[in-house]
Formats: sequence, structure tokens, C-alpha cells
Amino acid sequence: MEGTVTFESDLNLKATELRLGLPGTNESEKQTPPSVRSNKRALPDMNEESRSKNYSSVTEAAGHGDRETAPPSKAQVVGWPPIRSYRKNSFQPKKTEADADAEATGIYVKVSMDGAPFLRKVDLKVYKGYPELLKALENMFKFSIGEYSERDGYTRSEFVPTYEDKDGDWMLLGDVPWDMFISSCKKLRIMKGSEARGLGCGV
Amino acid sequence: MSEDDERATDLSGGGIVSSNRTRCCGGSVASDCPSQFPDQVLENVLENVLLFLTSRRERNTVSLVCKSWYRLEKQTRSELFIGNCYAVSPRRAIERFQKILSLVLKGKPRFADFNLVPLNWGAHFTPWVTAMAEAYPWLEKVYLKRMSVTDEDLALLAQSFPGFKELVLVCCDGFGTSGLALVASKCRQLRVLDLIDDDVMDDEVDWISCFPETGTCLESLIFDCVECPVNFDALEQLVARSSSLRKLRLNRHVSIGQLHRLMVQAPQLTHLGTGSFSSAGDPAQGDQELDLISDFAASKSLICLSGFRDILLDYLPAIHPVCANLTSLNFSYASINAEQLKPVICHCHKLQTFWVLDSVCDEGLQAVAATCKDLRELRVFPMNPSEDSDSPVSEVGLLAISEGCRQLRSILYFCQQMTNAAVVAMSKNCPDLVVFRLCIMGRHLPDHLTGQPMDEGFGAIVMNCNKLTRLAVSGLLTDKAFSYIGKYGKLVRTLSVAFAGDGDMGLRYVLEGCPKLQKLEIRDSPFGDSALFSGLHHYYKMRFLWMSSCQLSRSGCKEIAQRMPRLVVEVIRDRVEEEMDDAVEKLYMYPSLEGPRDDAPKFVTIL
Repeated sequence: MEGTVTFESDLNLKATELRLGLPGTNESEKQTPPSVRSNKRALPDMNEESRSKNYSSVTEAAGHGDRETAPPSKAQVVGWPPIRSYRKNSFQPKKTEADADAEATGIYVKVSMDGAPFLRKVDLKVYKGYPELLKALENMFKFSIGEYSERDGYTRSEFVPTYEDKDGDWMLLGDVPWDMFISSCKKLRIMKGSEARGLGCGV
Repeated sequence: MSEDDERATDLSGGGIVSSNRTRCCGGSVASDCPSQFPDQVLENVLENVLLFLTSRRERNTVSLVCKSWYRLEKQTRSELFIGNCYAVSPRRAIERFQKILSLVLKGKPRFADFNLVPLNWGAHFTPWVTAMAEAYPWLEKVYLKRMSVTDEDLALLAQSFPGFKELVLVCCDGFGTSGLALVASKCRQLRVLDLIDDDVMDDEVDWISCFPETGTCLESLIFDCVECPVNFDALEQLVARSSSLRKLRLNRHVSIGQLHRLMVQAPQLTHLGTGSFSSAGDPAQGDQELDLISDFAASKSLICLSGFRDILLDYLPAIHPVCANLTSLNFSYASINAEQLKPVICHCHKLQTFWVLDSVCDEGLQAVAATCKDLRELRVFPMNPSEDSDSPVSEVGLLAISEGCRQLRSILYFCQQMTNAAVVAMSKNCPDLVVFRLCIMGRHLPDHLTGQPMDEGFGAIVMNCNKLTRLAVSGLLTDKAFSYIGKYGKLVRTLSVAFAGDGDMGLRYVLEGCPKLQKLEIRDSPFGDSALFSGLHHYYKMRFLWMSSCQLSRSGCKEIAQRMPRLVVEVIRDRVEEEMDDAVEKLYMYPSLEGPRDDAPKFVTIL
């Protein structure tokens, strides 16, 4: 039995730990069932992060172990068994729009850009602040926004990111603290500079 | 699609045409010199013959004969097949082939399907569609597999090719319903819109309403992978005004009541994907079931049935009228057991393709074996795709299939336990196997009866199945299994290896022994640099090599890159700290005429 009780420098908590499983087995982390995937358009950055965190490939020496001995610890292995995510996810009950919105903890708002024919959606919860959001928007619509200054707004770009708040007012992105923004933002619009004049700080 | 492929060097600008062989034909087409008259005739004859030659392998051979044949071949080729989008650039392809009507383009390595390739790795459709928009205005067909396609790409496609007829997207991502809307509305000649296992973003656009209002040319509309609801009334009207429609595969948001309405509009369908096959969302109706049976009875041409995404079992008997005609049945999203399968499958005498979940158990497979004597392709998917679940299918099912379905060509079988004996039996009972993919889901599992590695089973497959071109191995495997593959797998073109082998020798056997090897994908196996070096003689003939979580070092891969100038050697990182490491976590290498690609993201290093 592993983890003999010792009373030396450290408390050997493992020995006294209550666990399910045979002695000598490590706790197996079963592959968690695939999380519900909302297919609202989310930005690649978010997925990239979550996937790389999820990564742990287990390289084991090819032992000729028989099944009598303790099985190797089943750490979560990416991409095994080799089933396409589409198929894995399809055993989740299908989501209606309402369900998806209720279950996903994200805050999805539509984003439009003047001149672009496509609408997008972003999950504001994914971002920690304005710089991240702006960078994501730049990637999404392939343009550059430059920097924001409280005094001058977005001076270095012809594009100006704005949003409509709960009261229906159009505001410049960055004017209010982030938390206030994500709780009041209803939709985003990236305007051409000329139209945005008149929106300044303190509107 | 077949797994045929093309060497990258075939698309070079004549680089491999032997100059010794140019004597047979004259030069230009219009020639006054009487001594060249026979050549002129020869050219005309050849040109006409070439019009009928569609196989790209044969065309490649033709193009090697001499310069004149090369030139004629490239003028008459109408389908361009590019198995690795990075093997050749759009510019180079366009320079050689001027009259392309149809493009097949494949991008990411297959392991991308299992999340082993980070997002934004590449395989962008943009440079291709941009180049072709100018060069091939008469383009009619595009087939993409594992490419990143944006809505902008679809917009460009929709507006650039007035005669555009067929769009097939398989395992693609990056686009949404906005892009689909543009294709639907602008491609007035569209006959085929097939979306298969794509990741389609929900832009909340009603793309179904965007098809031409006055009748369409649609023959095939496949959207079962689209996870957002569609406007059903628009869909119903679309089906009603698409008299050529033969293939319709609905997504899971279409209820059985809606299915009924659609089937009434389209009794001429040959291929049907039923959608949810449940009544969620339908108003309560007492005689629903009866109606559905009539619908199926009226579908005299139906030969391919799929869907059943949320199957309500009470309705399953409705499909009985078509069973006797079915050549293809896909139950792989329907959790049905053996007792529920039997009354259906016992009528399916003509079935050639069958996809199913392991919920039918060995007993269900036995029923299949008893009836489906002409079965060519079987896929058994796991309901619970994890390593430590109890799988209801085992060697018993495999054996039964091998005994009942002697015509089997292709099998994909997921299970938790297997024996060598069953695999050996299959190798003898089904000698015509071309594709053998066995996935024993528990890693390193031996034969569960004898405790032996699965070497002998896979060895028998390569030994006895002389037509085998695709093999995926699993379970506990020593280098012996690979020695068998190297010795007997002379036609193997695609090999997938995971958690197998003892050391470098395993990989060496394969690289030294399999002359036809094109696609090799390996994960979590103890193969190192010296094994990699043993394949230098062969890499230029391959489409790609993928190795992840093996024992490769950066210095080793670097040396490969230096020795093989036309090989692109990509090291793909998941984490920043790997940059400091000499160990290579993911290697993807492929021959290319273009050198290192210029769209590589920062987590990819090209050595």
C-alpha cells in the first residue's frame, strides 16, 4: 500500500486521505464530458487559451503490463479516443436559443463595423479589459484602432469603437470602467471616424 | 472521397519531365511542315483522348511522357486536386493549369480533428480563392477539407464565379451563416451545397431564405452539422421550388413533424437526413406516425438514410418501407439497442454502408452480419468515448461481422476489448479489406483473453489483406507489429499509430518497408530522431508526416530540414516554455515546392 504513514517533518496526508479506489491507484481523472459548446461566434484567442490549458498528453513507456496491476493513472489525454468534437458534442441535448443564452455564462453582444457586410458576436466575459477587447476586434475585422487616450479618444485611427448602452446612448469605448461597461453594453459598433465626432469622453 | 493523392513534385513547372524523351512529338500545334503532319494528328488524337481521362494518377503519368504530352495534358485538365494546400502555391498551380473547372483542396492534418493542432495554425482558403477569382472565372466546383474558410472568402467566391455549381465543405471552420447566405443568394446556378462536419458559426442570419425565389437548381443540400435553427417555413418553400433536389440532410433543429411536411414536398429524394426524428417543438398530433410511414412508402428512390439525432423510438418503424432499398444507413447518432435495431436491419438486404453506435452491442452486429451480405463499409462509434467505460461491442461483434459480411472493404471499429483471434479471423474472412481501422480505446491494452500484445492480429491483416491501403492500429503493440507492417504492407498509403511500439525500430520498419506510404500520423509513441532519419529516402514521396508526443529533438529535426531542402519541417508548440526545450512536442513535415510558408503563426517554427 502506498503512502506509509510517517511522522516526520510533514504530515503525510495522503496516507490518511479518504478516497475511492484500490490502494496503490492514483486518483483517476476521467475525461470530463464535453462541456456544452455554444456556437455563438467567439474569438479564436479564447479558444486557444482554453485548449492549451487543457493540454496534457501522457507519454507512457510501453509496458507489457497486464491488467492485474494498478492501471496507469488516467490523466486527461487530449484527442483520445480519436472522435471528432462534432460527434462528441452531439450527445449533448440540443440547445434552443434561450437555453444556450441561459446556460452560457457569457455576455454576448453583436458587433458591427461600418462598411463590413458581416455582423459578429463577442462574449464580453472573455476579456479582462479594454485592451484585450480592442485587440480582438482588430483581429476580427482586420483593422487597427491605435490607442485610446482619455483626453482625445481614438486619434490615430479612422475607426472608432463605440457601443450602445442600456439607455440607448452611443458611447465611446473606454469611457467608463470596464465592469460598468460590460454590464451596460448592448451592442458594439465600429464607426468610421467622421461619424464618431461628437462622441467624446464625458458624453 | 478516395484517399488518392498526388506527389507535390507533379505540379512543378515541368521539373520532372525527362528531357530525353521529347523526341516523339513535334512542337507547336499549327505546323506547316509536312514531315510534322503525323505529329499534328497525334496531338489532336491525344487531346481528344485526354478529354476523357479524368483520373489524376493517369493524367500525371501522361504528363511525364514528353513535353508535348505534358503541355496537352495541362491544357485539358479540368480538375485540380491538391492534397496538401502548402505543397504548392496558388500562383504555381494557376500557371500550369489554365482551364480548371473544379478544385479539391485539403488543409490541416487529420489530427486537427482531435484538437491536436492549435487554432489558427493555417490552411487558409483566402489566398486560393483570391488567386482563382482572377484566373478561373469559369470555376464550377470547390471541395475543401480541413481548411479555414472565412465569410469573406465565401463572399468572394459567390461574386467571382458566375457559373458556380458545387460547394462541398468538410471539416472546415472559420465561417458562419453570413457566408452561407451570400453563397445561397449569389450563386444562382448552385446545384450542390454540402456542409459536412463543419463548425459553422451562428451569425443569426436566415440563410435558407436567401436562395433564389423563382425555382433553384439545387440537387443536394446537406446541412446536418449546422447547429443553429433554420427558418422552417423558408426551408419548406425552398424544397417545394427545388424540383431537382435529390439529397437533403437536415439538422437536428428540424422536428419529425417538419420532416413529414418536407417529405411530402420531396418524394423524389434519394438521400435523406432526417434531422432530430423527435417531436420536440411539434404540436401534439395523434396520427403522426401513420403519416410518416406513408411518406417513407412514397419515397421510392430513397437509398441513403441518416439523421436520427434525437430519435424517438416509437417512430422508428416508419422507415420500414425503404429498408429493402437502402444501400446506406447511418445510425451513428441514434442510441438504439439490439432489440430496436433488429426489426429494421432484417430488411436491409442491399445495405452496403452502415454506420452505427456501439449501443447496439455485439448482438446488434450479429443481426447485421446475418442480413447484410453485401456490406462494404462498417463504422461502429462509441456512445461513451472514454477509456474506462464498458463497451458493449467486442471481439464477438467483429468476428460475427467478418463471418457474415465477406465483401467488407472498409471498417472503423471502436471497442474496449479485443482479441488477436478475432482480428486474424477478419483478415481471412474479408481478404478484400482496403481500410482497417481498429480503435481499442484503452491505451496499451493487450488481447484480453491471452494477455498478448495485438501484434499478431494486425500482422495478419497486413499479411492477408493484399489490397490494404489504410491502416489504424491500437492496443498494446510491440515493434513486431511494425515489422509485419513493413514486411507485408506494400500498398499501405495511410497509417495511424497511437501509443504503440517499443522504440525506434518500430518506425524504421515502416519507413523502410512501405514504399507507398503517403500519410503517416503518429502520437505518443517512443520513436526518436534516428528513426526519423531512416525515412529520408522516402519523405519527398509523402504527403505528410505527423509526430506528436514522441521522442524527437529539435536538433534532430533541424538536421532533417537541412538535409532535405524541399521538405518543410514545422515544429508546433502548445506552450511558450517549449521554446526553451530541445524536445519537440509536435512535428509536422511535408514536401513543398514553395519553401517555408509565410502565414505561419507564432507558435509554429519552421526549421
